[in-house]
Amino acid sequence: MIRINGVHKRFAGGSGAALCGVDLAIDAGEVFGIIGRSGAGKSTLVRLINGLERPSEGHVTFNGIDVAALAPPDLRRLRRRVGMIFQNFGLLSSATAAQNVALPLRLASTPASIRAAKVAELLDRVGLADHADKYPAQLSGGQRQRVGIARALATGPDVLLCDEATSALDPETTRDVLALLAALNHDLGLTIVLITHEMDVARQICDRVAVLQAGQVVELGRTVDVMIDPQHPETRALLADTVSRDPALAQFDGQVVRFTVHGDAATAPLISAITRETGADLTILDGRVGRLRNTAYAQMTLGIAGGDTAAALAMLAQYGRVSA
Amino acid sequence: MNALFADVVWSDIALATLDTMIMVTVSLALTVMIGLPLGLALFLTGPGQTWANRGVHGTLSIAVNILRSLPFIILLIVLIPFTLVLVGTSLGVPGAIVPLVVGAAPFFARLVEAALREVDRNTIEAVQSMGASTRDLVWRALLPEALPGIIAAGTVTVIALVSYSAMAGVVGAGGLGDLAVRYGYQRFQTDVMVVTVALLIVVVQCLQMLGDRLVRHFSRR
Repeated sequence: MIRINGVHKRFAGGSGAALCGVDLAIDAGEVFGIIGRSGAGKSTLVRLINGLERPSEGHVTFNGIDVAALAPPDLRRLRRRVGMIFQNFGLLSSATAAQNVALPLRLASTPASIRAAKVAELLDRVGLADHADKYPAQLSGGQRQRVGIARALATGPDVLLCDEATSALDPETTRDVLALLAALNHDLGLTIVLITHEMDVARQICDRVAVLQAGQVVELGRTVDVMIDPQHPETRALLADTVSRDPALAQFDGQVVRFTVHGDAATAPLISAITRETGADLTILDGRVGRLRNTAYAQMTLGIAGGDTAAALAMLAQYGRVSA
Repeated sequence: MNALFADVVWSDIALATLDTMIMVTVSLALTVMIGLPLGLALFLTGPGQTWANRGVHGTLSIAVNILRSLPFIILLIVLIPFTLVLVGTSLGVPGAIVPLVVGAAPFFARLVEAALREVDRNTIEAVQSMGASTRDLVWRALLPEALPGIIAAGTVTVIALVSYSAMAGVVGAGGLGDLAVRYGYQRFQTDVMVVTVALLIVVVQCLQMLGDRLVRHFSRR
């Protein structure tokens, strides 16, 4: 549906390139995550899709149409097929929730009679039917983003672009907003392209992710694979960022390893088994267990002391992946 | 009362107040009509905006800076030939309005540009991303969002116009400032000075209060 081919982007007066040689293909109906640190080029990349930015080199096509080659009126029409939501919501502070949602319909010259019903339906869809006449300043962050989502959906787009859409929200609100996005993806078949610097966000809803570093895609794959078995150092660093760095880790008297396991082994009593067999004491210094798209997984930082440490490491390696 | 303000001719004061009002009101209307589009043009041609154009932006910017760097009293005199061509006279209230507008419009335009820059970048992108033309962007997003800032800019500008209009006596336009200079200063009629200054203070206070009230009314933040 969206093809990004050999795209480079340099900004006038900017040092270096924002994007250098990006190739991606995003399929209809998937939730595609683009992960990277700030400055990696994520925002630029997503803005190429609706023509807010033009590539310096290469092509971005949407359903086979070269976005950068469109004349302004055609580009405006294409933008109605591509919704976008933002970190700071981008709502008009001078307009009520209903007026914000109505704006894209006004721009598309939708008759007033249809417009009112459509706005009510959209606000209801995002759970804000009671807040139609409130101004953004009277709404919470989560509610504002819901207005943003309703507005982005007003013209019935095929794709929703999310630019750090949950970065300004607290964890609980983030989960609610992500659940809403997942529901829209499921119910409407809406394709979602989501950029974030938080692995947790990608973990929660993305089918596939691309990791962007300094304007290049350094890792690409199914979320489950990338999260459980990251190949590139940047991905590992981003994953590590989501785990709290406990000072106890550095002080631990023994060997510290990261251990990742998925599938049935993730729910098996590994640690007690290893202790019984090798006499080594295993301490969980940090970790998480959960499910990624129906695959059980566990990621932990283990401290190993006493007994046969080498045998304990060998046993761990049988079940999952061990790294320093 | 009469003993205290022996030199004050109240009908002159009334006429001067009326002249000031006319000059300020007409100049403000014309200043907004010229300054608002100019401010929009400055903003839209600025770096990173819809019509980003270094040449046009630079030219407008320099022109605005030149007009703003001339003290109003100089502008008043320099513009005499231009005023003569434009309104047929360089004297009186019509003769004063041209330099007032030429002096205030670039000032207002800069304030409008600053108010537009305050509009959230994401909001502009959001409106563009829903397929808005530049005209839609201006009318549906930029102007409504910047309205409180533009009203505040208008308030500052109208007060500057009151102050500028005090110099309009140079071209025989009259007004409160002119009265204060000719009677209060040149003829040592301190009572006239006191009355005109008091009136100017009241006018400026009222304008500021009205402006603040309008800003509050249109603010939704």
